[in-house]
Order: sequence, then structure tokens, then C-alpha cells
Amino acid sequence: MEYVIAFAVGGLICVIGQLLLDVGKLTPAHVMSTLVVSGVVLDFLGVYDKLIDFAGAGATVPITSFGHSLYHGAISEAQRHGLIGVATGIFEVTSAGISAAIAFGFLASLVFKPKG
Amino acid sequence: MATKTKAKPIGSMQMTQQMYQQHASKFQPKRNVLLNCVRAFWVGGTICLLGQALQNMYIHFFGFTEKTASNPTVATLIFIAVLLTGFGVYDNIGQYAGAGSAVPVTGFANSIASAAIEHRSEGLVLGVGGNMFKLAGSVIVFGVVAAFLAGIIKSVLKMIF
Amino acid sequence: MDSMKQSARISRQTWHFAEDVRVQASAVAVGPKEGEGPLASFFDKIHADAYAGQQTWEEAERKLMEDAVNHLLQKASITEQDVDVILAGDLLNQNITTNFTAEKLAIPLMGMYGACSTSMLTLATAAALVNAGYADKAIASCSSHNATAERQYRYPTEYGGQKPPSAQWTVTGAGAGLVGIGGKGPRITYATIGKVTDMGIKDPFDMGTAMAPAAVSTLQSHFQDTGRTPQDYDLIVTGDLAAVGFPIVKELMLTQGYEMEEMYNDCGLMIYNPEQEVFAGGSGCASSAVVTYSYIMDQLNRGLLKSVLVCATGALLSPISYQQGNSIPCIAHAVAFEGGA
Repeated sequence: MEYVIAFAVGGLICVIGQLLLDVGKLTPAHVMSTLVVSGVVLDFLGVYDKLIDFAGAGATVPITSFGHSLYHGAISEAQRHGLIGVATGIFEVTSAGISAAIAFGFLASLVFKPKG
Repeated sequence: MATKTKAKPIGSMQMTQQMYQQHASKFQPKRNVLLNCVRAFWVGGTICLLGQALQNMYIHFFGFTEKTASNPTVATLIFIAVLLTGFGVYDNIGQYAGAGSAVPVTGFANSIASAAIEHRSEGLVLGVGGNMFKLAGSVIVFGVVAAFLAGIIKSVLKMIF
Repeated sequence: MDSMKQSARISRQTWHFAEDVRVQASAVAVGPKEGEGPLASFFDKIHADAYAGQQTWEEAERKLMEDAVNHLLQKASITEQDVDVILAGDLLNQNITTNFTAEKLAIPLMGMYGACSTSMLTLATAAALVNAGYADKAIASCSSHNATAERQYRYPTEYGGQKPPSAQWTVTGAGAGLVGIGGKGPRITYATIGKVTDMGIKDPFDMGTAMAPAAVSTLQSHFQDTGRTPQDYDLIVTGDLAAVGFPIVKELMLTQGYEMEEMYNDCGLMIYNPEQEVFAGGSGCASSAVVTYSYIMDQLNRGLLKSVLVCATGALLSPISYQQGNSIPCIAHAVAFEGGA
């Protein structure tokens, strides 16, 4: 059952992105930036954690979860170390994603050539 | 804007920019929004499904917890996306699925990998290093800025209440 | 002397070539996708791979332009030394394709930029130089490459961003024409130099809509200046308006009393089959150059077409200009050809 929910919720978030592309006529970069900020806002409002409990990967795989992770990292550090934690904690949770993307992307540039 | 309503000559025709754009919009090919949404839904959903399966695998076979399993899951999806980008397949998936392949974290990985691969010809430092974040940069910047501001606001609110 | 001057400048925008200025030879080199299109049999060189055996996309584009010029020299049975000047351009920043290719060819260079209108910009100027006696033989050439254009103007080629149906596919290819007095080949009779036209279109994924007004402006000026009508031509082509801009031009010309139906086509629509996934159609300097310097020259030489007007259209934007919110200024240059043999 969790697979069906993950599929449906993930799919729906993508549909929102597609509508921003086709109806809103935004560029892909604008759509991604909008979704990431939405992830931050939804976590600020306490909603995104509930969405993750409900949909699992359907909420953690879309780029919105990146915003959630950034905010989560900032807040949990702030709880431990006060206001400065907002700055020191931002990349704590997302570190795996960003590090992987940069490292694998770099390695890919050594191995692959663009095919056009 | 004055230029939008001022008439401009096209040959011997006087036409405002607005008039021309209205005129030309008749010939705009209509995007099949419904079809694009269906494609985005099933491809995006499938990627999330794959993510769920990976997550469960990491919990059951590799001893990760619910909280920590998302790290290797995301890293695995990113690895797959980078491979598909390198093999020249991701751009075809992207044209078909639109937001379905761009919105999941795989799209983020593709934007970094495609830029890195493309600019390898300009060297590793200035080419790859300098151009890698061409497309992903705005996602990182806006995510961080939003999290920073929201974090400050939440912390200040907590201090007050 | 005076009467020649009179018949040279027949109006502000239109030139007449009184001497026997001809396209004595022409040649075209293309990439694999174009080689699978309907005009493949007219091309001199089709590369099996978009890298053309080179290490980078940019080097591949230079190879294409080099191939086009070398085939041209071979067909005309001359060497580079016999050519006084090469007028050429491409889409890349600072015209690097042209610069490096001209260095290899060791022909005096006049680099020109007209975006996708470069083919006729260079040809018209070459014709003027030859007509006035400043050059005995001149080459007009231009090139474009899908990958170099994408990575400069839009996205990395492996990026998975979805392109809208109004987007176009930059033609990978190069074309070159040899201009001289007398001999065999289609005569260049008139050229109309366009003015920059900007109707406020901002979307770099919809060039057709942006460029159509420029084509209309130049075509109208041409007809008014020469006293001709579309019916005086067997074929009128625009460079790369493709599926979106093509009907706009037809309609706008009709409102001005010019009926462009049976004789009107667009190079961006001619170069690819509908099954080849090219969105609205071909674009780039090579779109007009490749079709003109192969198919159109061939048809004129064999007498299957007697008079042709080629109106190459260009979008004069840069990545910075549209990111800064500017609209896309466009231009179109037209050259009229007659006869052949």
C-alpha cells in the first residue's frame, strides 16, 4: 500500500510541476526553484513532516524535500545552539544528496562525452 | 510600457506589439497539457516508487533506520540519474516526461551532470568546476536563502513566545 | 559610371546587380540528422556523426564549414589562392567557427554576424563586392551546429528539460557559394537588406513568431522596390520560420495584398521529414544556407526553377539580452536569383 501512496503523491507533485511548466509557462529552473521554496514553507508550517509520514518516498524524492531538509537542518541546529545554528545547520541533512550529485557529476564528466 | 502600445511598422503595416502578439498567438502550437500531466504523473510516480523500494531495501538489508535510509536512497537515485545522463538517455526521458523527470531529485542530478559533462571541453577547473551549477545553482541558492530566512523567523518567534 | 550607380542602388534597401554576377558553384556539408532528411541526395558531404570526427562540438562545426568550402573549391576547379575574399559567419560568440576556418583556408576574411540571416547577408555583400569590381571571386559561407547552439543559447545537450512544440532544431551543417562574374550558374539579380524588427516577443523557444515580422518587412520592401509580386517568382523561401512563423508570414503578407501560396516555402520545413523529431522545424544559419546552396542552386541550374527569392531570417538575441528581460530583435535579408546555365 505504501508503494501506491508513494507513487500517487510523487506523481501529483510532478503534475504540479508540469502545470507550472505548461500553463504557467515557467522555465524548468524557475519551476524547481519554486518547488524547493515551497518545501521550505511547508516545513515551516509543520506540514511537510506529516506528508513524509504519509507518503514516504513520494514526499522525500521530489525536489520539494530538498527545501524541507535544508529547513530541518537549520532548525535542529538552532534548537541546539541558538540562532547561529540556522546558518551552521542548513546543509547538515541534505549533505548526502548534494555531495553525491557533485561527486558523481564530476566523475561523469571524466568518463562521458555529451552525445547531443 | 510605451513600446507595447506604440505602433511599429512591419513593412508598410502599422501594428502595435500587442496587436501582433495577439495575431501571432493564433498560430502557437497548443501544448497538450493533459497528456503532459499524465506522462509527468506516471514517470514521476514511478521514480518515487523506485525510491520507496530502495528505502525499504536499505532499511531491511543494510540496517538503516527510517530516519537515516533517505541518505543512501537519494544517493542511489542520483547515481542512476547521472549514469542515464552520461549515456545520453536522460534528455529523451525528460522530453517525454517533462516535470516527471525534472521534479524528483533525479532531475537535480541531471542538471548538474549534464552541465559538467557538457563543459568538460573547457577543462576541469573552469569548465566542469565553473559551470556545474549553471542550472542547479538557482535551486540551491533559493532553497538555502528560503531555509535561512524561515529558520531565522522561526527561531525569533520561538524566542518571543 | 553614373548610370551604373543608378542601377546599383534602386532604393534605400534594395540593390540591383547590373553585371553578370553568378553563383558559379556551391557546396554543402551536413550532420547525420540532415543526411536522413528529404534533401539528402543534394548534399556534398554527410557526416555520420555530429562530432564529424573531432574532439569537441565547436571543432565539428569548423570541420563542416571547412568541408563545404573545400568541396566548393573542388567543384569550381580552383584553389584557395584564386579566391579574393571569404565573407562568412556563424552563431557562436565572436564567430569562432568562421575565424578558425578562415585561418586554415588562408583566404582574406570578412566575418559577419546576422544570426540565421547570415547566409543571405554574406551572399548579398559578396555579390556587391564582385559587381563593383572589388573582388574577382568571393566565397559566401556560413554554418551552424545543433550542439554548439544549444550549449551557448539554451541548455547543455544532455539536460532533460522539456522543450515546447514551438521550439526549433538548429541545423547542423555549413553551406558555401562562389560568387564571380560570368561563367555558369544562377545569376544574382537583386538583394534587399533588412532593418531590425522587434515586435516584443521574448521567448527564445519561439523564434518563428519573433522572426516573422522581419521577413514580412523585408519581403514587402523587396516587392515595392523592384515592382515585383510573389507571382514573379517560382519559389520564395524564408530561412527558418518553420511551422510557427510560416503561416504568420502568409497571413500578414495577404493582408498587405501579397498572395504567397503555391510558391512559398520555408527552409526550416524543407530540410527535415515530419517524422524526424524536430519540433517546429529547422533553424540556424545552416537552415537557409544548406537548402539554398544545394537544392535551390541545383533546381536553378537544371532549369526546373527559373526565379527564386531567398529571404534568410535571423534572431539577433544573446543569452544575456533575454535573461535581462529584453525582447528578441530580428532581421531578414533577401537575395533574388535567376536562370542558371
